[in-house]
Parts: sequence; C-alpha cells; structure tokens
Amino acid sequence: MNSVPTRASLPQGAGGAATQALSGALLIRNLRKEYRAGQPVLKDVSLAVEGRGITAIIGPSGTGKSTLIRCVNRLVDPTSGEIWFAGQDLAALRGKDLRTARRRIGMVFQEYNLVERLSVIENVLCGRLGYLPAWRAFLRRFPEEDVARAFDLLDGVGLGAEFATRRADRLSGGQRQRVGIARAVMQGPELMLADEPTSSLDPKTSVEIMELMARLSAERGIPVIVNIHNVDLARRFANRIIGMSRGEIVFDGPPEALEDHHLQVVYGGEGWLT
Amino acid sequence: MSGTLATAGSFRTKAFPARWPVRLAWIGLAVYALYAASILDVTWPRFVQGLDNGARFLDRMFPPNIKPDKLALLWTGMVESIQIAVLSTFFGILGSLPLGLVAARNLTPPWLSWTARGVIAVFRSFHHVIVAILFVKAVGFGALAGILALIIGTMGFVSKLFAEAIEEMSMKQVEAVRATGASFMSVLAMGVFPQVMARFVGFSTYQLDSNLRNSTMVGLVGGGGIGATLFTAYQRFDYDFVLTILMAIIAVIMLAEVAAGRLRRIFQ
Repeated sequence: MNSVPTRASLPQGAGGAATQALSGALLIRNLRKEYRAGQPVLKDVSLAVEGRGITAIIGPSGTGKSTLIRCVNRLVDPTSGEIWFAGQDLAALRGKDLRTARRRIGMVFQEYNLVERLSVIENVLCGRLGYLPAWRAFLRRFPEEDVARAFDLLDGVGLGAEFATRRADRLSGGQRQRVGIARAVMQGPELMLADEPTSSLDPKTSVEIMELMARLSAERGIPVIVNIHNVDLARRFANRIIGMSRGEIVFDGPPEALEDHHLQVVYGGEGWLT
Repeated sequence: MSGTLATAGSFRTKAFPARWPVRLAWIGLAVYALYAASILDVTWPRFVQGLDNGARFLDRMFPPNIKPDKLALLWTGMVESIQIAVLSTFFGILGSLPLGLVAARNLTPPWLSWTARGVIAVFRSFHHVIVAILFVKAVGFGALAGILALIIGTMGFVSKLFAEAIEEMSMKQVEAVRATGASFMSVLAMGVFPQVMARFVGFSTYQLDSNLRNSTMVGLVGGGGIGATLFTAYQRFDYDFVLTILMAIIAVIMLAEVAAGRLRRIFQ
C-alpha cells in the first residue's frame, strides 16, 4: 500500500524549523483554497517537499494542481493554511516581503507567458527584476554581469546568442519554453515551480523540455515541483510522484510504486488503462 | 430517422426570421425625423432660399484675398494654432499616461480605478469648444485658454483608450513578470508597457492630428490661434480672406495627416 496518507507523516513541530535543513525545502500545511465560499478546490492539503530532484504532481484537470502550485508563490491567495519556505510562512507575506520571497522561487508556465513584444534577452533578464530598482528596468540598464549571465543561460538552455535580440513572438513553442525556463533560472531560485510546462508542446519537444529541467535541477541543485498530466513523463523524470484527485492528495510515493490501481484512484475509471 | 426531427418537415426554422424590434426601431427613427423637421421649419422653399444666399456668399469669397498684410495675419494665427496643438497634445499625453494607467481595472483597486474613470468621464462630457469657453472666462482670451481646453480633451480621449488597451492586454505575461518578484513599477516597465506602447503611440499621433483641427476651432470662442483670425474676418465681412484662411486650414490638416502617419511609423 503506497498511497501514503501524507498528513500523518508530516513533522508536527514548528514548520519553519523543520524546513531549515535544506534550502528549497517546502512544507505545506492544511492548505485550503475556495474560489467560491464553501466550494474548496484544495481541501486542507499538507505536503512536505525536501530540497532535491523533481517532484511531479499528477491528476485530472480541475483537481487543484495548478491552484496548489500557484498558492506557493502567491499568484493565488490561499484561503487558509501555511506554506513554509526558507523560514517564512509565504501565506502570511505581503508587499515587499512577498516580492523578496517570490524572487527565490522560479516559475515556468504552460503557455510560457513570455512578454511577446520583448526580445528574448529582455525576457530572460525579467528574472532579475526582483533584484533591481525599477528605473533600471525602464531604461533597460541591466548590470553587465546580469546580461553576461543571461547570455550564458540562453546557451545553457540550448538557444544560441543569435536568438537574443529576436522578439519572443517569433519563437516556436519549444524555444519559448526554453526562454521561460531561462527566465526562471535567471532568478537564482532555491525552488522551481512548473505549471504544466509540456502541455502545449508536441511529444518530442515535451521530453526535451523535461530533460532540460531535470538537467538544470541536478546541475544547480534546484528542487522542482512540476504539475504534469502526462503520467509517462512523470514516471520518467520525477523521483517522487504525488497524485491528486478532487483537491486532495491520494498518492504519494516514488515512481516505481505507482501502479494502475493508484491511477484509477487518481483519474477515476479504468477503461483508459490498457 | 428524419421524420422524427422537427426541423426536417414543414416546421423547419426560418433561416432569416423577421426581426420586429429592428423594424420598429427604423420606422420610429423615420417618423421622428419627419416630426422634428416639421417642428424646426426645415422645408423645401426654405432650403432653396438658403441656396440662393449661399451662392451670393460664395460669390463674395472669390477670389481669395492674398494681400501681404492678410497673409502675415494668417501666418501668425496659423503658427499659434500649431503651437496650441503641439503643446496641448504633449501635456495632454503626459497627463493621460498616469490617468489611463490608474483607470485600468486590471491593475488598480476598484476605488482608485472608478475615481479615475469618473475624472475621465467629466473630461469627456463637454465638447472642446464648451471647455474652451470656460477657460476663456477663467484665464482670459488667448492661447493659454485654448491649450488648457485641448489638454482636457486630449486627456479625456487618450486616457480612456489607454485604459482600455491596458485592460485588453494579456494578464498571463504580466503574471509571469510579477512571479519573478518584480515591484509594481518594474512590472509596468517590462510586463505592461511593452504590450501597450505601440497602441499608445497610435492614439497619441491620432490625437495630435485631431488637436490641429480642434485648435482652429477653440479660436472661435477666444482661445487664440487661426480660429480667432477667422472669427474676426467673418465679423468684418472679409469673406475673401475667410476663404484664404479656410484653404490654409485644409492644407495644414492634410499635411498633418501625412506627418502623423510618418510619426507613427517612426515610433513603431
């Protein structure tokens, strides 16, 4: 029986102290989100992610995966619960403290969310905005070392320097996602969130993007939490799989432990499992 | 199978059903137009008589007066009009940037955006000429009144369109910039402005174009510029000079249209 009820296995002490050990470690406790009162999308989810490797969250559409991940960097405000990261409860942060916490968490989006009318290099440099005063952004006066790092990163994600001045809307989907990943890594994050990073891509590109994220995660020691509905990709790249269904965690374990009967619980039905 | 479908037999839905509300609206409009015309003494004999007057008026306009002293007057007036147009466009756009930004409901809290929308609505309520009359009373005859009136007009128009452009932009792109920990101003710089700048430049050059037109008009009520010259010429029955002024205005407007097009291309 591998569908470990996570709540029981959580450290029950002060969340902050428990997650100090590893940078990038995340502890979510009783996280609840109701877009409409009385209709929770997340039902008191608790989850601990220690700071290494790729954790994949699988589950059907509309099950709260995206909401869960967006609560972490507060693109969505949780209704109740705690999110402990780097000694802070992210759920309680506001204003400048929230922005400072956000810059330590990189995010990769399903539709890449590049600023279309900006050049590739400008999009990558967006990752530094949390560290710079606004006038530098207005005048595009980014520090030399940031620009140099941005070029290195472009190279690192497999886009040459010739892409730097190209406008983002001129790129293909796979290229855009590479820029999106470079932007997230540019933040120098301690944790990366990826919200369905491959769902808008063809199968081959999807694998390449996952390989890229796995490589960057390993090279730089950045833990990655990725929402993904492709179970095969999750099995192949994650060292931990979390199955969600109707706002609750119904499976939590290593990919080898994920069996068909778990998938039935996660996705419902069984006719599709052949 | 087909027999069971209600739409297959004689009960089939009409492809173009009669739309009575639309018909009634058109009939109502026509009836009201006839009624209003009868009230306001808009009749055929009256029109013919008017044409007669018009012919005499046109006769007195030819040939256009191009004596050097008149041309000097025309030149001073026209230069002042152009200055009014350029200054009011510049300051109006400067004011529209923050006002439009604040009025965008996807960036600012409701109390703020609704206040800004209220201000814009007030700015847009009156025609330039009415605003100009107010400013002429407030700051006296001359170009200043005209400039202030057109600044108000420009802000009403440009900031409304600017706010709409911001509301139509992609929030996904903004969200991604916000997720990097960027401050509000940095989000504006890298997430918002890149998306709306091209349209903003479009509105602004269009407004420069129409401010040139408007600047000839605020003069009629004392706001300075070629309009003042035109008004004086009318009052002195210098109809030949009136024609010169009208032709000059047409020439300037046409030139402005070309120039505005060029400007747009430079900025985009």
